[in-house]
Order: sequence, then structure tokens, then C-alpha cells
Amino acid sequence: MADIVIRAVRKTFDRGRVTAVDSVDLTVADGELFVLLGPSGCGKTTLLRMIAGLEAADRGTIMIGDREVTTLPPRKRDLAMVFQNYAVFPHLTVEQNIAFGLRMKGDAGATEIKEKVRQAAELVDLGGLLGRRPAQLSGGQQQRVAVARALAVSPAVLLMDEPLSNLDALLRLKFRSDLKRIVHELGTTVIYVTHDQVEALSLADRMAVMREGRIVQAGPPLEVYDHPASTFVGGFLGSPPMNFLPVAIDGAVSPGPRSPDAACPDDGPRAMVGPRGDSFPAPEAMRGWCGRELLAGIRGENMDVLSERAPGAVAGKVLVVEPLGAQTLVTVASEDTEVKVLTAPGYTAPPGRDVWLRPAPDKVRWYDPDSGAELTSP
Amino acid sequence: MRRAVLRYTGAALLAAWVLFPMYLLTIGAFSVQSAIYHYPRDILPSLSWGTMRFFLDSQGVPTALGRSVIVAAITAAASAALGIPAGYALARYRFRGRDAYRVTIVSTRAFPVVVLSIPLAVFALQWGSYDTVWAVAFMHTALTLPFVVLISSSVLTAVPADLEEAAQVFGCSRPAAFARVTLPLAIPGLAAAGGFALLMSYNEVFAASVLTLERPTLPAFVLNALTSSPEPYKYAAAWLLMVPTFVFIFFIRRYILGVGRAR
Ligand SMILES: Nc1ncnc2c1ncn2[C@@H]1O[C@H](COP(=O)(O)OP(=O)(O)OP(=O)(O)O)[C@@H](O)[C@H]1O
Ligand SMILES: [Mg+2]
Repeated sequence: MADIVIRAVRKTFDRGRVTAVDSVDLTVADGELFVLLGPSGCGKTTLLRMIAGLEAADRGTIMIGDREVTTLPPRKRDLAMVFQNYAVFPHLTVEQNIAFGLRMKGDAGATEIKEKVRQAAELVDLGGLLGRRPAQLSGGQQQRVAVARALAVSPAVLLMDEPLSNLDALLRLKFRSDLKRIVHELGTTVIYVTHDQVEALSLADRMAVMREGRIVQAGPPLEVYDHPASTFVGGFLGSPPMNFLPVAIDGAVSPGPRSPDAACPDDGPRAMVGPRGDSFPAPEAMRGWCGRELLAGIRGENMDVLSERAPGAVAGKVLVVEPLGAQTLVTVASEDTEVKVLTAPGYTAPPGRDVWLRPAPDKVRWYDPDSGAELTSP
Repeated sequence: MRRAVLRYTGAALLAAWVLFPMYLLTIGAFSVQSAIYHYPRDILPSLSWGTMRFFLDSQGVPTALGRSVIVAAITAAASAALGIPAGYALARYRFRGRDAYRVTIVSTRAFPVVVLSIPLAVFALQWGSYDTVWAVAFMHTALTLPFVVLISSSVLTAVPADLEEAAQVFGCSRPAAFARVTLPLAIPGLAAAGGFALLMSYNEVFAASVLTLERPTLPAFVLNALTSSPEPYKYAAAWLLMVPTFVFIFFIRRYILGVGRAR
């Protein structure tokens, strides 16, 4: 009904000197909660503003439902937006702010508006503050007014620009799950911008990672998490970020390519770490990279910390041990690389202790050290 | 500490320099007529409406005052109608030549209107509007417009553009967003700009004298009658022309001071 299709959209500022969004293609299905994730300044807000009609695209087309909306004014796009800086109206009370969209639509009676406002305010715990003006509210409360104002109009498309960024951890946790439930119940198509990757993983039906105005990977959140398409995505998504170990397939000690027929052992290729010959098994598919140097991408939770040398484990020294409550984060220096490993909550080790890290072989991803792109087959 | 003392002393002297004549003017305008010729002056004389009533009852004054009010109202309305949209454009859009435009607006005020007196009169005669309130109001609009543009642009810059954008997302057209969100937030400042135009027109004497003959505004009328009128008349006239302006400027000073600071 209200899917969003974006084709080759581009936006530059300052007469083309700053490229904010660079040929983005994106399809968001009807009723989908789609999360846009990316570092500050990568163009998330600009993309959202183009969908809302607040910024004209230099190029490309935007469709909402079956309508092309590229040049339509915002009010004709049947959407609502939560602004990154809230943009609540200072001259109106909380109640009038939340009612604003409903009033403008003009198809609801006074009692109906009152009821919808009450529901929306209830949803974001603002029930007691309806008579206040924004100047009398904290930043987090103003942000909730902005969320309620957008939810109240029950739009076909809801654009949210970091709507929970100013809430404390507890409220954020609560609203995150409430929001997910509500928009799924209503069948609203949502594009949700955040740079909090936990929020992204927990909310998204599908997500996209942006970098410098481009979408570098899109997919279901766990797929993106499990198979980062590049070292950038792996390093950006996840806490701690994915570790990247320089390895050589089958012990090519000297850098640079070797002839492909240089013997990979018959019992399967191995990833060699450093000159001491520590290694772990690589999948058969990597045989084609025999003799080349690669990056092995391993998530912190996909490694065991062992206190003795073992087959398939790589030597290192403990730098720091940080208890996180549910887990313990151990930082290990292996050769020249700092590796972050998540292990059991009770783990302790003094700095400098020798340990061995054993990756789960099927969880290791392989990346080209030059381009940073994931390698799957030769 | 020393500097603060100096600063406040200076400010007090400056205020006294302006306010003392104003005070003399006020007691002159509101005492019995004979007291004006009395020397030394009583600093706290007994007050009376006599002088003011004498002035307001004089031949020609009520109609001139009426004309002044009409001209000022037309001027304020016209310069608001033209100046607020221009101020809005300066506040919201970045267009080529924006800064040059701003400077041009200010620099029109550097142009000596005296030079224009003959062409102005000629134009007014040609258009058949000589000696009407319309001719004076037209000229006053030209004089006040730069201030209205600059004041309203600084007032509108202070209203965040996101608020207007939010209004548009929630169902407003551009004009509706302006009317429902920007206008209520900017109205005190915009009213100040309009009031400023009102008072500039009310006080303006030069163009009013050049463009009228039989039907002058109050300042033009008073200027004509000045040499042949008694002292109480002058006091009352001066008071009526100066003090309302002075009080009004006091209340809107923050909008006018804001003009220099706006980008
Ligand atoms: N109006 C503008 N004029 C000039 N440059 C702009 C403008 N708006 C955005 N940019 C630039 O475009 C790029 C993308 O900005 P955008 O606000 O979309 O980033 P973002 O991903 O939302 O960042 P954040 O997470 O910090 O909100 C930035 O480099 C920014 O400086
Ligand atoms: Mg942003």
C-alpha cells in the first residue's frame, strides 16, 4: 500500500561541493520497519528530508505507494516525521502540538482529536504534561512530544530521525519495544534513522548501512551482522566491532602474491597468523587465495579464550579485562593487532598473561586487505 | 569596578542630556500657559491641560493631526505588506546577491532626500496626487521600507526554519505554515517593525512639507506655523510629536538593536 521506492537519488550542497547523498537506491516494503544506520554526516538526515519533501533531490525519483512524489510538497505525501532536533512548536501546548497534524487534516471531530491525542501522549508517558509548553519540558520530554505528534496522525509512512537519542537508557529500552509493537500493529511503513547499532539490530525488519552518502549494505539485521559486506560495515556494526586479523592463506610469510599452485595442504587451506606459525583452518572455498594475504573478520563472541596452546588457536597477551555484567570484554594483543573478545562473565586474567584465541571456523569472514570487500569465492 | 562606575556615570549623564529637555518640554506642555513665561522655571509646576487643549483647538491642528494618523497608518500597512515578505526572503533563502541586496537596502538611507525634493513634487503633480495623503504615504513608505525589511528579516531569522518545515510535514502549505507557526512567534517583532514605520511617518517633516500645500500633516503644519505662533503652542506641538515616539522606541528597542546582530 505504502511502500517506498527510491531510485538513484542524489543531493549535493554548496553548488555541488558537498555530496550529502550519492545515488541511493532503496526499497522499503509496505509495513516494514527499516533502519538506516551510519556514522555522523553520512547523509541519513538528508535522505530522510528528501523523502519528506523538505529537500529537493538533484536527481532520481522517489515513489510512495503507487505515486511518484519526487516533486510533491510535504503535505501531499501522507507521511509524518520525527525531527532530529524535535521541532516542537514553542507557542503551542503539548496537547496542541500533538493535535497539530490531526487539526490540519481536518477530518476528525474535536472529541476524536482529544482522544487520539490522549492515546498518543499515553504511549510516550506524557499524559500528565498535556497543558505545558515546550519551554517547560526537558529535552527528552520534548523529543517524546515530537514522537507523539508523529504517531497521532497514523500516517502511512513514518520517518524518524534518531527519535530516542535524548532519552535515558531505561526509557529508551521501553520505547524501543513499544514502538516496534505499535508500528507493526498499525502496519505503518517506517524509516528509522539511528547511529546506535543496538537500536538498529533490535528494531529493524531490514536495515541499511550508509557511508559517505551511499548505502554500502542492506538486508535483514542479523544477516548484515553475520555477513558484513565490507570491513567498514563489520567495524561499524556490533559492539565491540568486528576484529580484523591479517592472515596469510597457507603460511605465505612474505607479502605479495604467490603463484596459485603453491601448495595448499591437501587437508585444507589454513589461515596463518604471524611468523610463529599459529594458524586456524580456512574453508575449502579459500583455496583459491592460497599464498595471498587477507583479513580474517571475527566477531568478539565467536572466539574462545584459552589459557594453553591448542590446535587452531592464535597466541596473544591480555591487555585489559573489562567486566560488562552479562559478559566480559577482553582485549588481547595478537602480533600487532588488538583483538576484542567477549567471554564468560566471571573471567579474570592479569594484564600480560599469555592466552590463545580460538575462532569458531564457520564464523570467520574473509576480506580483501586493499578494498575491504568480503571475499566469498575466488 | 572603576570602569563600571565610569560607565554608569557616563550613561546617567547621557540620559540626563536627553531626558532633561524632554522633561522641560513636558512641564511646558502641561502647565498653565502663563507659567511658561515665568523665570526662573518651577521644577514641579502645577499641571494643567490648558496648553495642550489650546494647541489642539487651534485652527487646522485637528485636521492635520488626523491626516498624520492616516498617513502613518497607510505607511505602516504598505511597508509591512512589502517589507515583511522581503524580510522573509532574506531570512529564509540563500540567493545570489543576497548580501549585496542587504547593503543596497541600507544604503538607500544614505541618499539625501533633499536632492529629491523637486523631482518628488513634479512626480506628484504629474500623477495628480500632489497635496494628498497618498503622495505623502507613498514617500514615507519608501523611507521606512528599508527599516521594515531589515527588522523583519532579523525577527524572522530568529524563528527556526525547522518549525515551518515541521508544519509543512504535518499538513500545512507554505503560507499556512508561515501563518500558523512563524507569524505567532514573530508577531511582537513584526509589530515593532510596523510601529517603527508608523512613528517615522508620524514624525517625518521634509517630504511632508514638499508634497503638501493646503493639506499638510501635523509636522508640516507645525513647521509652517512655527514662526508666527506663541510659545505654549510650540511646547504642545513639540511634545505631541516627540514623546510618543520616544516611549515607543523604548519598548521596541530590543528589536531595533537586534538588526545589527542578525547575519
Ligand atoms: N543545508 C546544508 N548545507 C550544506 N551542507 C549540508 C547541509 N545539510 C547537510 N549538509 C552536509 O551533508 C552531509 C550529510 O549531512 P546529514 O545531516 O544528512 O548527516 P547525518 O547522517 O544525518 O548525520 P548525523 O548523524 O550527525 O545527524 C554532511 O557532510 C553535512 O555537512
Ligand atoms: Mg542527522
